[in-house]
Amino acid sequence: MTSEQTSTTHAALDAGSPKRTRLPYYPGCTLKTTGKGLEDSALAVAETLGMELVELPRWNCCGVVTSLTDDDLMRHIAPIRNMVRVQEMSDAGLVDDKRVVTLCSMCFNALKWSNARIGGNAEDLKSINDFMYLEEDYRGDSEVVHFLEILKELDPEAIARQVKVPLGNLNVAPYYGCTLLRPKSIGIDDPENPTIQRKFLETMGATVIDNSYKTVCCGSYQTVPDKYAVAELTHDILSHARSAGAEAVTTFCPLCAFNLDNRQREVLEKHPDFEPMPVFYFTQLMAVAFGLNAECCRFDLNHTDPRPLLRGKKLMKEDA
Amino acid sequence: MSESKTMMERISESTRSLTTGVDSRDVEHWVTIYIMGRGYEVPADLTIMTAMEFAGYKLIRSCGCRQGFCGACATVFRREGQYKLESALACQTRVEDGMYLVQIPFSPAEAAYYDIESESYDYSVFSKHYPEVARCVSCNTCTKACPQDLEVMDYIQSAIKGDFESLAEQSFDCIQCGLCALRCPAEIVHYNVGHLGRRMFGRYGSPEPEHLKTRLAEMERGEFSSALDALVGASTKKLKELYAARVRESDE
Amino acid sequence: MAQTIVITPKNETFLKRIVALSAEAITVCDQCGTCSGSCPMIHEMDVTPSQLMRMVQLGQSEALDTKTMWVCASCFACTVRCPRGLDVSKVAEALRQVTLRRSVDRLDIRNIPSDELAELPQIALVSAFRKLTG
Repeated sequence: MTSEQTSTTHAALDAGSPKRTRLPYYPGCTLKTTGKGLEDSALAVAETLGMELVELPRWNCCGVVTSLTDDDLMRHIAPIRNMVRVQEMSDAGLVDDKRVVTLCSMCFNALKWSNARIGGNAEDLKSINDFMYLEEDYRGDSEVVHFLEILKELDPEAIARQVKVPLGNLNVAPYYGCTLLRPKSIGIDDPENPTIQRKFLETMGATVIDNSYKTVCCGSYQTVPDKYAVAELTHDILSHARSAGAEAVTTFCPLCAFNLDNRQREVLEKHPDFEPMPVFYFTQLMAVAFGLNAECCRFDLNHTDPRPLLRGKKLMKEDA
Repeated sequence: MSESKTMMERISESTRSLTTGVDSRDVEHWVTIYIMGRGYEVPADLTIMTAMEFAGYKLIRSCGCRQGFCGACATVFRREGQYKLESALACQTRVEDGMYLVQIPFSPAEAAYYDIESESYDYSVFSKHYPEVARCVSCNTCTKACPQDLEVMDYIQSAIKGDFESLAEQSFDCIQCGLCALRCPAEIVHYNVGHLGRRMFGRYGSPEPEHLKTRLAEMERGEFSSALDALVGASTKKLKELYAARVRESDE
Repeated sequence: MAQTIVITPKNETFLKRIVALSAEAITVCDQCGTCSGSCPMIHEMDVTPSQLMRMVQLGQSEALDTKTMWVCASCFACTVRCPRGLDVSKVAEALRQVTLRRSVDRLDIRNIPSDELAELPQIALVSAFRKLTG
């Protein structure tokens, strides 16, 4: 899409809203593979809302988890190198915003945390800049935001106008997990009782089911050494959502998605009476509500196929 | 050198090195290099490899094609007064005064064993065979170490993302010297990852070349059999004649 | 029955090292147990997070032998709730790093079954390797 088209679309969509069309976008490794459903649906949703997420050139893996020891600068290089790309893109005038948009919650957390940790420490910033002497110096003044924060800035009416297939009878429990919320200095909502997904899901017309397990960790990377320990958490999180009345959960994290969705296989080994539950990427449901082509949702990559549920609720055509 | 001396006199007075063929009396400019800590005066215009031979080393490892293609002669060095640890191919790099150097004859690593027909064409092939690529911290040390000036870190990142085309493109000129792998703090063996990625791209990602298919079909039909039989049956003398009279693309 | 615990210089050295690595004022922990009550992985642990904090306060290097520091998922549930403003996950990371920096891996990459490696998203491998390999 050319910038001219984008601004036309944008102007047509929300006249009077902040002029924000082309945003630097950091995808992260997993959004190119198992999390493709998150990326493709989010890009389609963003386009519908008059935004173009422009992928950073030469981005590298963010490192996923922030190093928590005080002396470990090397582990901050990966996120900061990406921030150099953001700065380059913004300096070159290729985007209209200095803030880099993330979709994956873990990338969001890792980039924002390192950016704050290193950007806020002149001495460490210099050490890293000196080490990365082949790159231009990072000034430390670019910002990291999550897609939900961008949605929050839009005119709610402009989002509501795009809803073509209201999710009326779908009972959804938003799941937050850890990295969108914790620690407080990084999180985008109340770490104990987040509500940011609720507002948008309600705009989509869904019935939002709240439950106390929405912030409980899915077990994260412990899924590698001990899948059964993680499966117990999956069981607890989904069972609580189910007993609160939910038919599906939403997430923004491809690791939560893997643990909550794929690990249902291990849950069934240990708890044969467990009833499988679809796990949506938040933007997959937005794409459904916007009536966008179902291809962008990549439901084929979901472990527990959500299509029977959507068809049963008349939210998706039988042949889609 | 005096014109009046006979050939025999010149040979008898020669200080020509047996291995490099350099006569020290022909040399105007000398430099001092330190090979594994010991200093040697060597002619300034030699490569690291020929300088080592001039100094008396007989290279039975760390030496191969001498043309910069085989990757056998990986060398690490520091320049006098510099903290940077640099790397180079000994056959392609000229000595400099005050260079401290050593050759790295081998990079210990095990290459994956796999059946390319049963691998899936996505990032998981790297997770399966070289899971340690996920340990990359993007420090870029591999790129700095590469004597071929490849963007090594970028192709490892392409492997993590499952982008075979970009990996194949960026690692194409890798000569497997192993310097990247020896410098990597994440203990990744980059050249093996690149090798796997290029094979996967060749098998699944790049279009089958038409000219190759055509030529294979010609061979199947036996169109070259008589010509080959004639060569196989030819005498050495005849082969030499044919070789001398061959037509090369550059002659046309 | 009261028990006397002797703090040796060796204990102090260990505490100082973990304080330096974590940049947390470990000695201000007053053992309220909120971290343990918030931990989603507690069923997998041999000592609770608050017990781990106590071991480090006393400079007991046996903390390095606990399963607890390895099964911490760095979810920061304890961090946001600690009434003393401490970050227990940073202490667990410091303990892990003491071991990992000697190139001793908790997770043997080559022992992960190949079909699991093929299924796991990159995000899982990158984070697990950063937390569990040196």
